[in-house]
Amino acid sequence: MKLTVDQLHIILDRSPILRDVSLEAAPGDVVGLVGPNGSGKSTLLRTVYRSLRPAGGVVRVGGDDVWALSSRTAARRTAAVLQDAATTTGLNVTEIVALGRTPHHGLMDRDGTEDHRAVAEAVDRCGVGPFADRDYATLSGGERQRVLLARALAQQPRLLVLDELTNHLDIRARFELLDLIRSTGITTLAVLHDLDLAARLCDRLVVLHEGAVVAAGPVLEVLTPRLLREVFGVRGDTERHADGVVRVTYAARPLAPRPMEVGGPRGEGS
Amino acid sequence: MRWSLTTLGLLVVLGAVMVVAVSIGAVNIPLADVWSVLLHHVTGRGATGDPALDQIVWTFRAPRVVLAALVGAGLAVAGAVLQTLVSNPLADPVVLGFSYGASLGAVLVITLGGAALGGLGGLGVSGAAFVGALAAGALVFALGQRRGRLAPTRLVLAGVAVGYVLLSMTSFVQLMATPTELRTVMFWMLGSVAGAQWDQLPTVAVVVVVSTVLLTLFGRRLNALLAGDESATALGVDVNRLRAVLLVISALLTGTVIAVAGGVGFVGLMIPHLIRLTTGADHRRLLPLTALLGAVYLVAVDLLSRTLTRPNELPLGILTALLGAPFFLWLLRRDKGLDTA
Repeated sequence: MKLTVDQLHIILDRSPILRDVSLEAAPGDVVGLVGPNGSGKSTLLRTVYRSLRPAGGVVRVGGDDVWALSSRTAARRTAAVLQDAATTTGLNVTEIVALGRTPHHGLMDRDGTEDHRAVAEAVDRCGVGPFADRDYATLSGGERQRVLLARALAQQPRLLVLDELTNHLDIRARFELLDLIRSTGITTLAVLHDLDLAARLCDRLVVLHEGAVVAAGPVLEVLTPRLLREVFGVRGDTERHADGVVRVTYAARPLAPRPMEVGGPRGEGS
Repeated sequence: MRWSLTTLGLLVVLGAVMVVAVSIGAVNIPLADVWSVLLHHVTGRGATGDPALDQIVWTFRAPRVVLAALVGAGLAVAGAVLQTLVSNPLADPVVLGFSYGASLGAVLVITLGGAALGGLGGLGVSGAAFVGALAAGALVFALGQRRGRLAPTRLVLAGVAVGYVLLSMTSFVQLMATPTELRTVMFWMLGSVAGAQWDQLPTVAVVVVVSTVLLTLFGRRLNALLAGDESATALGVDVNRLRAVLLVISALLTGTVIAVAGGVGFVGLMIPHLIRLTTGADHRRLLPLTALLGAVYLVAVDLLSRTLTRPNELPLGILTALLGAPFFLWLLRRDKGLDTA
């Protein structure tokens, strides 16, 4: 399902967080949202999963303004895996996955066969079956993220919103999650800190810097040495390697001066 | 299916404990006689037999046992919901200040009599306690907001602060009480169902049953709340409205049962955790089971409170914690999920 963010303005505590942000994700696209800490990535996600009402502009999912939809209708279209996930819920894995069915029901509804089917399918797809009866709190980081992704899939969304899904995970768990996301075919907007991971996963990238979009497009066109230097304050380059994988490599010297002082170091290490 | 068996089991246990509780007292009455008296009053069939026996069973003990069950169920359910609502395992009607509001209302009427604070005395002890609980709830509700949204941590802290203020006011009023009044106050604050009468039961029963059913219907959304506020929002839950609605229901429920039974503590804290630790945290099962276990527990505690030190009675609050805490601690030690967070 298509996601369109159009001229979004967000103001929190009277200071602007997002300024005139526009982006698009075509159906089936995996779009990465990258940017330094505090650039407004998570805030932008909040407007997409209908947690934050923008001061100006509009977020459309499937052509409809999310604030024109009820919270339940919006949640049947968009599922999110966020960083606020509590651990000591007392719920086991299957129960967590079943939370994905919440927007499909009113107060009086009981679980039906469709619910059981959706949950079983999500459990299967994310490979969390082997620990389906365990308390969520006893799982490893990688297992937890797979459970949360299964919850999102049980929601049967047309748009997936992911906030730092791969944080704190070992490299294998990261790759497995990326494969899993790609295999769903669902339109995805993912915030990722690791640029190399973003380059592997995404069709397109949108770069946020100080609340504004500074670049958007195919990975190779976006992650240029100049952008890496000016936005992220590092020297590096992005290349498609012989195996077809796009990789970001960083120069030996880890940190160039902060972006404000740009103009200092020369030479774009490629 | 396991949980429907548990439900059935708890229902049977509740029935059994209630009948036994009616049979035991200053005069022990054979279970068969208890049964025939109850059957006579409920179905209208059979002979009533000995009028003295009838009076003990039906007029004195039965309403008391039923009230204990209702109060236990109500407090336990309110505790379970509040714990999820403020994402804090320590929350219960006491922590959120409801109980202290009720105490102040009750103590004012007990010590100052009908003249207390203008019209308040006219409400009687129960009415004043109810108003006190709701007033405390409204205050916590108002103070627990941040940017127009109810914030969990703020709610708990507001509850604790409001509770302390109300408690100090209660203590001040107690200082001016006579020894006789003080004993009544003590008893009230620790809770008792000794004064139960049939005519007060329908209201309490309706509030407890309707609240429990309603809160259970919100079970799916309460489950979503366990995932965190933002995640619950992404699951289609209007978190702020849900918190507001549930807080109002819990305050009404708590106010109603505290008004008739006083400040029975620990039930609201412990019973929900017992159920979570044994049969899981899904609110659609947690709340009904919590209600049943709360009922069983308070009926049993009330039975002990009037038999342990016969002919004197103990307030409920002394025993709820004294008996419950060791078991609770034992169960906590067994649980693995809590430590690995």
